[in-house]
Amino acid sequence: MLWDALTLQLGYNATLVAIGATLLGVSAGVTGTFLFLRKRALVSDAISHATLPGVCLAFMVLVAFGGDGRNLIGLLSGSAISAWIGLLCMNWLTGRTRLAEDAAIGAVLSVFFGFGIVLLTIIQTMGVGRQAGLEGFLLGSTAGMLWADALIIAIGGAATLALVMIIRRPMTMVAFDPEYAAARGLPVHRIDLAMMGLVMAVTVVGLKIVGLILIVALLIIPAVTARFWTDRSDRVVLLAGLAGGLAGYLGAALSASAPNLPTGPIIVLVSFGFFALSLLFAPVRGVLAAVLQHLKFQRRVHIRQGLLALAQDQTIYEPLTLRLLKRARLARADGVATEAGKARAAKALRDEKRWEVVRADQTHEATAALYDGLRDIETVLTRDQIAEIDRQIGGPQGVRS
Amino acid sequence: MSGEEFVPLSLTPLLIGTFAAIACALPGNFLVLRKQALIGDAISHVVLPGIVVAFILTGAISTWPMMLGAAGAAIVAVVMIEAIRRLGQIEPGAAMGVVFTTMFAGGVLLLEQTDTSTVHLDVEHALYGNLESLIWLDAVGWSSLVDLTALAGLPPELPRIAMTLVGVILFIWLFWRPLKISTFDEGFARTIGIRTGALGMALVITAAIAAVAAFDAVGSIIVIAMFICPPAAARMMANRLEAQIAWSVVFAIMSSVSGYVLAGYGPLWLGGSDAVSAAGMIATMSGLILACAAFRGPCRHRTGAPSAA
Repeated sequence: MLWDALTLQLGYNATLVAIGATLLGVSAGVTGTFLFLRKRALVSDAISHATLPGVCLAFMVLVAFGGDGRNLIGLLSGSAISAWIGLLCMNWLTGRTRLAEDAAIGAVLSVFFGFGIVLLTIIQTMGVGRQAGLEGFLLGSTAGMLWADALIIAIGGAATLALVMIIRRPMTMVAFDPEYAAARGLPVHRIDLAMMGLVMAVTVVGLKIVGLILIVALLIIPAVTARFWTDRSDRVVLLAGLAGGLAGYLGAALSASAPNLPTGPIIVLVSFGFFALSLLFAPVRGVLAAVLQHLKFQRRVHIRQGLLALAQDQTIYEPLTLRLLKRARLARADGVATEAGKARAAKALRDEKRWEVVRADQTHEATAALYDGLRDIETVLTRDQIAEIDRQIGGPQGVRS
Repeated sequence: MSGEEFVPLSLTPLLIGTFAAIACALPGNFLVLRKQALIGDAISHVVLPGIVVAFILTGAISTWPMMLGAAGAAIVAVVMIEAIRRLGQIEPGAAMGVVFTTMFAGGVLLLEQTDTSTVHLDVEHALYGNLESLIWLDAVGWSSLVDLTALAGLPPELPRIAMTLVGVILFIWLFWRPLKISTFDEGFARTIGIRTGALGMALVITAAIAAVAAFDAVGSIIVIAMFICPPAAARMMANRLEAQIAWSVVFAIMSSVSGYVLAGYGPLWLGGSDAVSAAGMIATMSGLILACAAFRGPCRHRTGAPSAA
């Protein structure tokens, strides 16, 4: 069943939804990356909630003019207008009053959403009887998706993607260093607005599939996921698009494969699955990598300290140090150094002494800054320099045992 | 309107709405000043899975398990946000966005998967609440307020939200000085021995309790609006924290009363026949108050160093 869904064999509607969700995921992931890098991820929350009154007003206008209240283009343009108004309100609140951005986001979000709910209840009492589709915009409803709807989503997604590609360079610059961008003569404020406009476009396009509450997830989660894998912004954008698209595709397929699996939440949960995997297993920034890194570091510190203790004929009490030395065949179980251990210990002690000389010498200042107790001195000084230092220390002495 | 009609039908929803608004607005003052305003938003989203899980475990709509479930979900969310923020070195806003959307999606999925057709539990209810339905059937007029048998029939949400309000007031009153100092100057607070981490956590937990109790009665949309709009509007009116809190309480009462009245009677005045959502109207009114304050408030501008917007 799932395989059928993945290979788009589950019928017309499921195929439409899967294609639409994939496109939406890609464009949301790509757009959301800039929002995330700009550290304004939650602005999308305000924008998405602010679409509700527009949807309701558009529905009322459509009905008042005798049209079909569920005309998707009409509803989407209504939602775009009210989201834009919400965005301007938010910008005005942060720019002209003392409110911080989070308070402005929350205020716009709750007030617009509350007003939308008032309008929803008005529509319910209008007795038009065709308002059933409107609640679908809260959580998305893909059941009755039409070819025309899918086409609108596809075109909207593609257009957003193209626009992002055109203005990606200024957006990246503003995201990383707005002051520098302003100094270079870029219109930072306008670029920010354009970025938000793109977010709004994605939100509006995604209303039908995932709904206005969950579209935030598609904007934020893929970007955060991609950030784990790379430090280059262009690759983050690509990976976020990939993660979003995959989540959209897999989520839509999964939800089509069994009853009672709503598309929007499933896409979000799949997306979170990717995030959790990245959080745990990504190289360098992942939790597992960090734990391994830490263990490796701990091992080096223990062996180093153990060798120094052996060289100075001190007894080792720390069980972990003993165990590590034993495993490396540097010491026996009773804590006495083996031949190899004696050699390594003598070298460790000598290196420590060499470092001491280096750190006391003003001419080696830059090298001394690299000292962290673990670094091998051969990696920072040439053989001649070490020989020079050895002349100051004197000849090697045997390990006492 | 006479007491016979007002007391049973409107008095209790009005009181519940007002208490909920104040209980959220009070901690909201500190959250807005600490730039943690969106905690309310996050909490109100994650309450849904908590309630659904409690429903699945107990199989019934009963209040205490649901409150516990909601509170548990709020704590899980706070812990998850903190864990993701630290483990993944992600900025708090994005970490919050990841967590609350995921938990909300999980809640919706669970709701779809379980059979809730026999009970009144759906996403819409969670969002807008049902303030209008909290009527006091045993009341016959103002005299019922002193009638013990009638008082026993009060909707249980009223004493619950009243107790929550008392708890919130007590918390703020007891920890007033440390709260105030750590809100404005966390470094200084730490040097004089205030445990700012624990205090911040206590504030978030208080806010979560207020949110869950209010959510039970009035739905999540009022919770978010009341956490942010009255304190934000009050921030434009005053520079002193005491005055700001007083203004926020006034604004909270104003928005809940005017919102409830407009929702109940506004459509009638306009010639309509049915009431609109009270929760939505209260949120809208709080937004209007915020707009007025933002346009005319005496302290609406930033003073001193410009902060990064």
